Amino acid sequence: MIKLESNWLDLRRLDDLANQKTFIHCLDPCTKLFTTLAFVMIVTSFSKYEITSLIPLTFYPIALMALGNLPYNHLLKRLVVIAPFVVFVGLFNPIFDQSPVANLGPLVISGGWISFISITIKLILTVTSALILVATTGINSICAALFRIGIPKPIVIQILFMYRYLHVLLEEFLITSQAYSLRSFHSSGIHYKAWGSLLGQLLLRTMARAQRIYQAMLCRGFDGEIRLLAMGMRTKRDNIYFVFWLAFFLFCRFLNIPQVLGKLLLEGF
Amino acid sequence: MSHHTIDLTEVLYTYPDGTTALRNLSLHIGHGEAVAIVGSNGSGKTTLLSHLNGVLFPSSGIVNIGGYPVTKQTLTQIRRTVGMVFQNPDDQLFMPTVYDDVAFGPLNLGLPPIDVEKRVTAALKTVGALELRNRPPYRLSGGQKRAVAIATVLAMEPAILVMDEPTAALDPLARRQLINLLRTFTHTKIIATHDLDMVLDLCERTIILCNGTILMDGPTIDIFHDKKLLDQAGLEQPSSMQSCPICSKLG
Ligand SMILES: Nc1ncnc2c1ncn2[C@@H]1O[C@H](COP(=O)(O)OP(=O)(O)OP(=O)(O)O)[C@@H](O)[C@H]1O
Ligand SMILES: [Mg+2]
Repeated sequence: MIKLESNWLDLRRLDDLANQKTFIHCLDPCTKLFTTLAFVMIVTSFSKYEITSLIPLTFYPIALMALGNLPYNHLLKRLVVIAPFVVFVGLFNPIFDQSPVANLGPLVISGGWISFISITIKLILTVTSALILVATTGINSICAALFRIGIPKPIVIQILFMYRYLHVLLEEFLITSQAYSLRSFHSSGIHYKAWGSLLGQLLLRTMARAQRIYQAMLCRGFDGEIRLLAMGMRTKRDNIYFVFWLAFFLFCRFLNIPQVLGKLLLEGF
Repeated sequence: MSHHTIDLTEVLYTYPDGTTALRNLSLHIGHGEAVAIVGSNGSGKTTLLSHLNGVLFPSSGIVNIGGYPVTKQTLTQIRRTVGMVFQNPDDQLFMPTVYDDVAFGPLNLGLPPIDVEKRVTAALKTVGALELRNRPPYRLSGGQKRAVAIATVLAMEPAILVMDEPTAALDPLARRQLINLLRTFTHTKIIATHDLDMVLDLCERTIILCNGTILMDGPTIDIFHDKKLLDQAGLEQPSSMQSCPICSKLG
């Protein structure tokens, strides 16, 4: 239980990380938003059998984590959380797509396995880039940026509240499960019979708490507008940043760098 | 709204699950008064306070703030007038840092950033939490959270201050500081609390709630001297008024 708890509480780390003042953090939120969108679009535009040419794109998240002073292991931990979803999404590929595409000695690799790996890499890349966006920008600034580029207000507010209440939900889960484990004597986990009432309890508590937080926001004049102390300003630095990454993405997209490197190497000899 | 008065007439409130928490309650609180709302657990204090800034609307009856009824139309104005400190500070703090949290209200008032900064610093200083400003609120101690929650409301500079158990979870020093702070707040203030010693210090008038009705409404001193009344409401005399138990045993 304790372990689970410390993991969940870590979720709030993202907010802490977003409060830093590195070069990346100081960029205009819109710039980072557009860069992330460009990255996601490029990554998802690759064909489903592509693996090698995706590799150079990992430079983007790694560079950002280094520049933005983000701890690798923290983001990795979050990736582990989404791992089941990745497996679920890609699971059927190896089963349905049995066409052989390569031989590794006696081992025949089917198209399904290739696309499974490709999907996994793509998901990891896109999720990491989204996490990095939140960890370098902060959800409020992202929402303000979304609003500025013309996303309708109701949708932006939805995103904002989803993010807020996610934490509320997790905290309530923690409190509930802790209260349960303190008064039950099953050494590990929650007894299956208790799950039903516990989940119902959790839902009600979360709703009540979300309601109270919303009320507190209203009491302090919240009217659906997101106001920030420091609004980002688009500067020359932002343009350079964006153009640089866009060029890099396109370069990776239309030039299979590992292949080209390999060719160069071969021709050299 | 030059006069910060509060008028409740025949207010009845029933929660959706059928619990009636306020039963035809009427009261008037004048401009600049300091009023304590006391009563045992579940007597309806929080429910009553929730009506003062439109968190709840009465099932029947009228709530008037500064002469205006609390309705959906007047809500924005009412919420600027009435600052509310919630019973649970966790419900009140939702921003990533203490500073952002305190700035949230003033920003919503549409103040320019310089003024917002001034107000935030002033409010945090008043509650003695200025050095916490870059910390995330969810990682503070209970008492620190409480102090910050109060600062978030003070930063809005409300004309009427409503607090639900402000001294719960505060250490003696922080409690004393808060009491001194509240004493400097000369506008109308309404405090629901179990801390009767604080009431004795701060509020000249006390309202005892019992089962959703007003059991007694009068000068604090008179009420606290009436042991029978306090017993009936499930309360105890403030410890500063009780004769010292050790001395009386000796004597
Ligand atoms: N959300 C709710 N739904 C249904 N009933 C409620 C709800 N909140 C409170 N009540 C009931 O309304 C009555 C008054 O509750 P209230 O919270 O106002 O008491 P209180 O005087 O603030 O108590 P405390 O000193 O414990 O804070 C209680 O009987 C309580 O059980
Ligand atoms: Mg209460």
